[in-house]
Amino acid sequence: MIQKKTGRALASTALALLLSAGVVAMQPQDAKAEPQRGGTVQLAVTPEPPSLMLGLFQNGPTQMIAGDIYESLLRYDTDLTPQPSLAESWEISDDQLVYTFTLREGVLWHDGEPFTADDVVFSLDVFLREVHPRWRPTVNAQVASIEKTGDYEVTITLNEPFEPIMLSFEVGTTPIIPKHIYEGTDYRTNEMNSTPIGTGPMKFVEWDSGSYVHLERNEDYYLEGRPYIDEVYYRFIPDAASRAVAFETGTIDVLTGGSVEIFDVPRLEAQDNVCVTTAGWELFAPHSWLAVNVREGALADKTFRQAMMYAIDREFARDVVWSGFGTVANSPISSRTLFHSEDLHEYTYDPDRARELVAESSYDGETLEFLVMPYGETWTRWAEATRQNLEDVGINVNLVTTDVAGWSERLGTFNFQLTHNFLYQYGDPALGVSRSYVASNIVEGNPFANVMGYANEEVDALFAEAANAPSEDRPALYQRAQEILVDELPVLWMIEMDFPTVYRCDLQDFITTAIGVNDTFRDAWLQQ
Amino acid sequence: MKAFFKRFARNKGAVIGLIILAIILAAAVLAPYFYPTSPWRMVTRPFLAPMAMDGYWLGTDALGRDVASGVMHGARVSLIIGLVSTLTALAIGIPIGALAGYFGGLLDDALMRFTEFFQTIPAFALAIVIVAILQPSLFSIVIAIAIVSWPPVARLVRGEVLSLRSREYVQAAVVIGQSTPRIILTQVLPNTIAPITVMASIMVASAILLESALSFLGLGDPNMMTWGYMIGAGRTRLIEAWWISFFPGVAIFLTVLALNLVGEGLNDALNPRLSREGG
Repeated sequence: MIQKKTGRALASTALALLLSAGVVAMQPQDAKAEPQRGGTVQLAVTPEPPSLMLGLFQNGPTQMIAGDIYESLLRYDTDLTPQPSLAESWEISDDQLVYTFTLREGVLWHDGEPFTADDVVFSLDVFLREVHPRWRPTVNAQVASIEKTGDYEVTITLNEPFEPIMLSFEVGTTPIIPKHIYEGTDYRTNEMNSTPIGTGPMKFVEWDSGSYVHLERNEDYYLEGRPYIDEVYYRFIPDAASRAVAFETGTIDVLTGGSVEIFDVPRLEAQDNVCVTTAGWELFAPHSWLAVNVREGALADKTFRQAMMYAIDREFARDVVWSGFGTVANSPISSRTLFHSEDLHEYTYDPDRARELVAESSYDGETLEFLVMPYGETWTRWAEATRQNLEDVGINVNLVTTDVAGWSERLGTFNFQLTHNFLYQYGDPALGVSRSYVASNIVEGNPFANVMGYANEEVDALFAEAANAPSEDRPALYQRAQEILVDELPVLWMIEMDFPTVYRCDLQDFITTAIGVNDTFRDAWLQQ
Repeated sequence: MKAFFKRFARNKGAVIGLIILAIILAAAVLAPYFYPTSPWRMVTRPFLAPMAMDGYWLGTDALGRDVASGVMHGARVSLIIGLVSTLTALAIGIPIGALAGYFGGLLDDALMRFTEFFQTIPAFALAIVIVAILQPSLFSIVIAIAIVSWPPVARLVRGEVLSLRSREYVQAAVVIGQSTPRIILTQVLPNTIAPITVMASIMVASAILLESALSFLGLGDPNMMTWGYMIGAGRTRLIEAWWISFFPGVAIFLTVLALNLVGEGLNDALNPRLSREGG
C-alpha cells in the first residue's frame, strides 16, 4: 500500500511516539490497534450510478456502492492471493479441472432468507451466465458444469485447466444473487433491482435519487462483531469543486478514486489528518483508451487509426490533464499485470508522422463525432485536448456531450464514433483484456463489451489458446496477440490510470483488498 | 438622422456604451488576425499567470490554452448567439404581436394566452430543458434562447399595434382599399420599429447572459469557445488561477453593460419628447 502523509502529520506522529511509547500511532495499517465499533462514514461517489444491481450493472460507481451489499465467493488481498468470503475454503483437484468450494453456513440474505449452495449455482450458472459481460465468456468457454454437491458445497468442473478462474470470484465479476428473488423473473425489469438484497456487511436502506445512497450495518452479518461502522452514506455531489469543498469542511470523509478531481489531490493532501493512497486498484489496473467504432468510414482503416495514435500527445495528457498520475499505456495489457510486453512498437507523439498517415489513409475530411465521457471535468478537458491534438494533424472532430445513461446507451448500441473509456484488467488477460477484442463479445447493451466491433480470427484464436495453455506457454501467446493488436489498434490505448483515494486518517483498515474501496466496510473502522 | 445622433450623443452613458461595443466588435472581428490558431489549442505551460510570459497577457488555463485568445474568439460566439437568437425571437414575437393587436377579438385572446403560457414558465429553467433535450449545440442554444425571449416582444408589438390601428392614416388606408397584410406591413409595423429596436438591444444583452449561464452549467456547445464556458471550466481553480474565470467575466460584464447603455441611448434618441421630459 502506498501511503502518503503530510510532513506535519508525520512529525506529530514521531513526536507522539517520542513522548509516550504507549501512544497509538496514526498509521492506518498499524495492525496492533484494536478496532472500535460505531460511527458513520460519508463517501463521495461520482457519477450517480444507473442502478445498484451489481449483476446487471458494472459501472465503477455501482461496484463501489454495491460491493458492500453483495459478496462473492472470495476476496483478494493486495497481492491477489485469494481469501475466504462466502466460500470458507476451497480445493482444487490435481488435474486442475475440479474446484470445490465449501460455503459458509448460517449466512442470511438481507431479507432474512438463508443463503445456500442453490444461490451460488443460480448466480453462476443461470443469472450471470446470461447477463454478465465478463462472466459469460468465462463460463461459456471454460466451465463444463456448476453443481450443488451439498447444501453448502459447490463444485465447478472445467473443460480444460483454466488458471485465471481463481481470480473471477470477486464481487464485481461474480456477485452472488438471491435465487428466491430472481429465479423465473425478467431480470432487467425485476422490481427488486431498486432495493438490492445481498449477503454483504452493509444493507441497503434508501436511495434518495440525485442525493445519496444510505446503507446500514448488517446486524446479522456472519462475522462476529463486524462490520464496525454503523452507517454509510454514498453522496452524489455533481460538481467536483463542491465535492472537494465538502471534504475540506468535513461533510465528506472519503473522496473515492475518480470522485476527486485529480488536480485537487495535492492541495487536499497538504491538510492535517488527510491520507492519500493509490492502493486498492491492484485487481483492476484501470486501462484507459480512446474507443473507436471500427465498423465503417475512415475509422475502419488501420492506417487512419495509427495516424490518430501518433497525433495524440499522451505524455501531455498524463502530465497536464491527469496531474502526473498514471503511466502512458503502450499495450492492451497493463504493465501492472503479468503478461505485459515491453517489446512492442511504441507510438510516440509525432504529429508529422500522423499527418503523413492521414494523407495515406482513406480519411477525406469528414467530421468525426467524439462522445465526451460524462465522468467529470478531467475527462471533458481530456476530450478537448484530444480533439485539439487530432485537429492539429487535420482530423476534424466535434465533441458531443451526454449524461451517463446516454453514454452507456450509445456505446451499448454501437451508436458512436470516438469516445474515451477505461476498463479494468482483473489480474489476468483472460479475464479483463481479451473481452474487449474477441469477436464473440460483440454484444449489444453493454458499454464495456467489444463495442468497437473489432474482429480478427487470429486474435480470437490466440486469446483462446493462451487462456488454457500451461503457464510457461502463455507469455509467448500473449506477446503475439499484443503485437497484432498494437499494429491494428482496435482502440487507442492512452493511460494506465491511478485513482487516488483521499480520506481521513482516522478511518482505519480502510483499504485492505485488491479491489480497494469496493468492499471496504467489512474491515474498516473509525478511530474515535 | 443628424438630429437622431445629436439626441443620442446627449446621453454620455450611451456614447461610452457604443465605444465599448465597438471595441468588443473589433475584438470579435480581429480575433483570427491576432490569434489565427484555434483558441482550444494548448500553446504553452498551463496555469501561467497574466503578464508572466510575453505574448500571454491574460495568462493560460488548465491545459495551457491562451485566455486572451479565448476571450477574443469568445466575443465572436457570444455576439453571434446574441444577435441570431434575438433575430429569431423577433421573428416569432413580431408576427404574433401584430396579428393579435391588429385583429383583436378571439385571435387576440388565443395568441395572448399562448404567449402567457410561455411567460409563466421560468425562462432559465425552460432554456435548460430545451438544450438538454436537443443536445447542446449552437443551434439548440439559439432556439432555446429565442423560445424563452419572444413573449415580451409579442406583448410590446401588440400594444403598439393596438394604439396604431385606430390612427387616421390606417383608417385611410382601409378606405382606399389596401389589403390587410399590406396595411400591417407598410402602415402599422414601420411605426413600431423604434420601441422594438430599443428592446432588441437589451435582448441581445440578456441572450449573451443566458448563453453564458448555460455554458457555465456545461450545457454550452462543447465545440464553441465561449465566455460562459471559460468561466465554468475555470471556476474549480478560482483560488489558484483566478484569471481563467476573471477575464471572460469582465468581458461579459462590459458587453452587457454596453448593450444596456446603448439601449437606453436609443430610447432617448427615438423618443425625443420622453427624454426631454425625463431629462
